[in-house]
Amino acid sequence: MLYSEKVMDHFMHPRNVGTIENADGVGEVGNAKCGDIMKIYLKIEDGIVADVKFETFGCGSAIASSSMATELIKGQPLSEVLKLTNKAVAEALDGLPAHKLHCSVLAEEAIQAAVKDYYDKNHIPYDEDTFRVPSHGEEA
Amino acid sequence: MIYADNAATTAMCDEAIAAMIPYCKQIFGNPSSLHTVGQVAKEALNDARERIAKLLGCEPTEVYFTSGGSEADNQAILSAAARGAKTGKKHIISTAFEHHAVLHTLKKLEKQGFEVTLLDVHESGLVTAQEVADAIREDTCLVTIMYANNEIGTIQPIAEIGAVCKARKVPFHTDAVQAVGHLKIDVRRENIDMLSLSAHKFHGPKGIGVLYARKGFPLVNVIEGGAQERGKRAGTENIPAIMGMAAAMEKACVNLEKNAAYVSKLRDKLIDGLLTIPHTVLNGAREPRLPGNVNVCFEGIEGEGILLLLDAKGICASSGSACTSGSLDPSHVLLAIGRPHEIAHGSLRLSISEETTEADVDAIIQATKETVATLRSMSPVWRDLQEGKRQYVIQ
Repeated sequence: MLYSEKVMDHFMHPRNVGTIENADGVGEVGNAKCGDIMKIYLKIEDGIVADVKFETFGCGSAIASSSMATELIKGQPLSEVLKLTNKAVAEALDGLPAHKLHCSVLAEEAIQAAVKDYYDKNHIPYDEDTFRVPSHGEEA
Repeated sequence: MIYADNAATTAMCDEAIAAMIPYCKQIFGNPSSLHTVGQVAKEALNDARERIAKLLGCEPTEVYFTSGGSEADNQAILSAAARGAKTGKKHIISTAFEHHAVLHTLKKLEKQGFEVTLLDVHESGLVTAQEVADAIREDTCLVTIMYANNEIGTIQPIAEIGAVCKARKVPFHTDAVQAVGHLKIDVRRENIDMLSLSAHKFHGPKGIGVLYARKGFPLVNVIEGGAQERGKRAGTENIPAIMGMAAAMEKACVNLEKNAAYVSKLRDKLIDGLLTIPHTVLNGAREPRLPGNVNVCFEGIEGEGILLLLDAKGICASSGSACTSGSLDPSHVLLAIGRPHEIAHGSLRLSISEETTEADVDAIIQATKETVATLRSMSPVWRDLQEGKRQYVIQ
């Protein structure tokens, strides 16, 4: 099979699908032309991810990566959230096929974009280097 | 399981399997051998060649067995190119939505100094004989245009194109991999100089096909090393597969009209059912279209997810999304008919056969509706479309 059981589980039964009204931070990366867009909504309380939701336009592994990433950051302090790597997402899914690794990169980037949005909205100072330049052509 | 991916490959029919078995163990000889078991195999080979020639409307000596459609396409194009190069003719006409076996071979020739004109196939997925005529030049050495498209099923006006090519004295090759066994073909009547076919698209075995080449057309070898196929294709003949192919082709051709009538009726029902899903479009003209081909795009979702969810419901289908092709771009066929990238990613091809039932079609429609709704419910693109933040491409 192309995907691990875990990828299929998260694709068939995605966790945390949806939106958060008045989200504290929203991050959207990717573009439809490339075939994947990931959008992450964060609810932040006392510097902790109190709630997280996602919407994804993309293939099975993109949806599974979003689902897994939201599970990994829910309840975590932002300092930990920012440490989440695409590798951790892929490993938590018991691996992704090589040509699908970009899906886990997208998940990492979407979360970072959402945290950055939260910092920006709340005028929380941060080191610009914390946020890498999105590689997936986030619309300029 | 509902199998709706017959354009990818088909299940072998019982007749094909039965025809193969004797040649696996009892009559296993090499047709090049002088002993009896070899000569009996050779007789079978000749018999299969005659039967296939009859079905194509050509002579047995014009039938060359190959490993399948891709090899036949390669050999046909490379042969015409070699013939053209001898007289300084290095221009080839084809279409933008050919199979990669054709397009990649043409790319290779471009690097060797050939000039290739790829005709526009329009939104309909059809070229006209006039467009072919207009593209022919003094130095054109080949027109190669597929009989029917493998993704969107549109059928080209092959007889008209053949007539144009004959009048202008330009060799005409057609990749008929999706057409043989499904559409009535007569290479003489349609003025086809070379034709490629593949057995596993009509319930025959995989790894076997035919290149038909009109008598006298000089073929160049793709595979060197033996006198088989009149020296034009080396390698011990795959007799079991050839026997299976002949049996499957006979069955498909004998039942062609009956099957086409039955399958196209189911196809139309399937198209109508899928088009009730909002913001869905049929890819390629509705007619003339292969009896079993349905190809649609759903706005706001991506194709791989559709396939995985349908598979979980027991339905086998195919998509032209980038994620399923393993490349970054979606199907070149969908791009060639003008679908934008974001729409091409959301395509679904269902290719049915005479083994498909009306209940299967109902189940496919129902499962597809559910699948599209599920994926749209989690798509930010769909949300933007619905909230007016993004314009629908498919009305």
